[in-house]
Amino acid sequence: MLSVQGAVEIRNLTKRFDRPVVENLDLRVRTGEFYALLGPNGAGKTTTLRMVVGLLRPDAGSITILGIDALADPIGAKRVMAWISDEPMIYDKLTPLEYLAFVAGLWGIDAGIAEARALELLDWLDLGGHAHERCEGFSKGMRQKVALAGALVHDPRVIILDEPLTGLDAASARQVKAVLRERVANGGTIIMTTHILEVAERMADRIGIIAGGRLIAEGTLEELHGQAGERTSTLEDTFLSLVSNEPALA
Amino acid sequence: MSHPGTLAWFARHESRLAWRDWVSMMTAGRRRRMMTVVIALIAFAAFMHLIAYPIVKNYAAVGHAPEKTALVVMTGMLALSWSLMASQAMESVTRAFYSRSDLDLILSSPASAQRLFAVRIVTMTLATALMSLLLASPFINVLAALGGLRWLAAYAVVLAVSLTAMAFALALTIALFMTLGPKRTRLAAQVMAAVIGAACVIGLQLAAIDSLGSLSRTEILGSSALVAIAPEPGSLLYWPARAATGDLTALVGVVAFSVLLLAAAIALFAPRFGDCALAAGGVSRTTARRPTTSNRFRRSTPRRALRMKEWLLLRRDPWLVSQSLMQILYLVPPAFLLWRGWGEGSGAVVVMVPVLVMAAGQLAGGLAWLAISGEDAPELVATAPVSAHAILRAKVEAVLGAIGLVFLPFVAAIALLSPWHAAVAALAILAASAAAIAIQHFFRTQAKRSHFRRRQTSSRAATFAEAFSSIAWAGTAALAAAGTWFAVVTGAFAVAILLIARLISPKA
Repeated sequence: MLSVQGAVEIRNLTKRFDRPVVENLDLRVRTGEFYALLGPNGAGKTTTLRMVVGLLRPDAGSITILGIDALADPIGAKRVMAWISDEPMIYDKLTPLEYLAFVAGLWGIDAGIAEARALELLDWLDLGGHAHERCEGFSKGMRQKVALAGALVHDPRVIILDEPLTGLDAASARQVKAVLRERVANGGTIIMTTHILEVAERMADRIGIIAGGRLIAEGTLEELHGQAGERTSTLEDTFLSLVSNEPALA
Repeated sequence: MSHPGTLAWFARHESRLAWRDWVSMMTAGRRRRMMTVVIALIAFAAFMHLIAYPIVKNYAAVGHAPEKTALVVMTGMLALSWSLMASQAMESVTRAFYSRSDLDLILSSPASAQRLFAVRIVTMTLATALMSLLLASPFINVLAALGGLRWLAAYAVVLAVSLTAMAFALALTIALFMTLGPKRTRLAAQVMAAVIGAACVIGLQLAAIDSLGSLSRTEILGSSALVAIAPEPGSLLYWPARAATGDLTALVGVVAFSVLLLAAAIALFAPRFGDCALAAGGVSRTTARRPTTSNRFRRSTPRRALRMKEWLLLRRDPWLVSQSLMQILYLVPPAFLLWRGWGEGSGAVVVMVPVLVMAAGQLAGGLAWLAISGEDAPELVATAPVSAHAILRAKVEAVLGAIGLVFLPFVAAIALLSPWHAAVAALAILAASAAAIAIQHFFRTQAKRSHFRRRQTSSRAATFAEAFSSIAWAGTAALAAAGTWFAVVTGAFAVAILLIARLISPKA
């Protein structure tokens, strides 16, 4: 059930490095929504998300997370968010349980609640048998699942994911997708970038397409087809049609 | 043009990699720095010649038939160099086994891996030798300038010492592999390399303290007690020293022996090198642990969670432990000095305080790099609801906690002898550690913990600032322990180093 309240609201967001990467970006993701952010390489997707989670300071604009001004109160905004990148943010020398205990400590979660949740998550992600092994010998899929468990152990209301399925095998990818669906079903909000258009097509409530640092199209799959003027095409055709008409930022 | 797969072809490949690695290390990946590096090396070489002059001028006149004392001192110095080279060589061999880099490519190709490993062993030998030759060259040049060109034979002796050190390191590492297995060899070899590197220096210092009451290595080497029990001048043991003075027979003998020894080691061990590398690659890195979940999830604050994480990671990383071990090993002689001086006033304490401060500064620098720059999950920590200030504070506390654990027993022991000196030591250790942490913070970068060995190449300025800061604080502590107000001047100098580091840092 989607709420009209914005979980993430971005206004006039701008970031320049040696060139503009994100320019006057406006974006609104509703509470309980699965939002896929698509775009060609260098479009500004990751930069946008890194600004949302507080890893980059924008040059201009505003970001609000569940009503919290993320620039004025970054700690408050971080408390309700989780960030997962394509490179799992874990420690080789810690076991999954130790890692989850550390993450729970960082977010200040009650030890009893965190432990129960950690064990449940590890079982759910088929990592229960590896809970006491150090992560250094884990495959990419297992590492990403540990990172996902870390993101969920503090029960975030907004989860931001940057290419979370990169390099995962089919079974791991399916588990990650199941976890994300479950979060949305329970009222969580997800923003995810992906190059796997089929994932966006199947999972997202709405899709935003970003090119040259600007949002060039947004809506449900049907709405995007309409914007591209190709009602019978796939998302891939629609996406390529939309981005090919868009000049890159100078 | 060499044919692919031949020794020459592999040698060309290895030398190209070694050269690029060296250039990258010296320039920290910025080719424009090359000219600066060359100028700095020339300036450093000139400075080292000035340092070498007073040290070796008395030995320049040693003739072809040196007296026993000179032979003992030179042999002792060569043994010191050998132990350091053997340590370096052992670390290189271990790293070659365990760092996968191109090993999978080589071992899966139809080319002769044995040839490549033979070339790789020679490359490691030359790398060790080159470093030793560079360090020895100012001393050899000064000796040649003052005592004649015959001293240039010492270059060949340094090379020969490197060859024997590599042969020894190769044999020992392979022996460890065969006895302990690939899983345990990595840590054992690292620890052994640290011990071998420090053993000779520490052994001589312990002997000097025991017989002379000082930390001087050269004094003990030239002491009448050691000379009296040393073999007579005709002994083969002195051939390397004789060779260094230009004795042609000894030179030919030493060089031939070392070349044969390394050739035998390569012939014997190069075929096993591939097997060891394969075994190292097949080691399961997962470690099953007994369930200890209940005591892992504790009521915690973010700062405490960060501190515990830093200590846990440090404790669990054998590479880092062995890297830090060398610094801690050098505390053995001053500890012995303290023990010897027990009840004989504060003389020994005055010598010990600066050694402790210097060691604390260096150790704190390494730990601070790990905690601040070597954060393996920087984005996780950055996206946690914790302020950057609180994160930094927790990491500083983690480093200071580790420093306290190592140095508090020493300070407590000093306090029993002299509370004043203990207070000086404690304050100076704190100041040197805080300064080293601050410098690492000023020059922080993002790196993997596994890149610890290369941390000193990421910023030359940080490396020098850290070293000068530790030296300045050690000097301040020494002067304060001696009761002179001149300590204020050196203390101000130490603070100035910190300010300069702040000014030239990228974060300024």
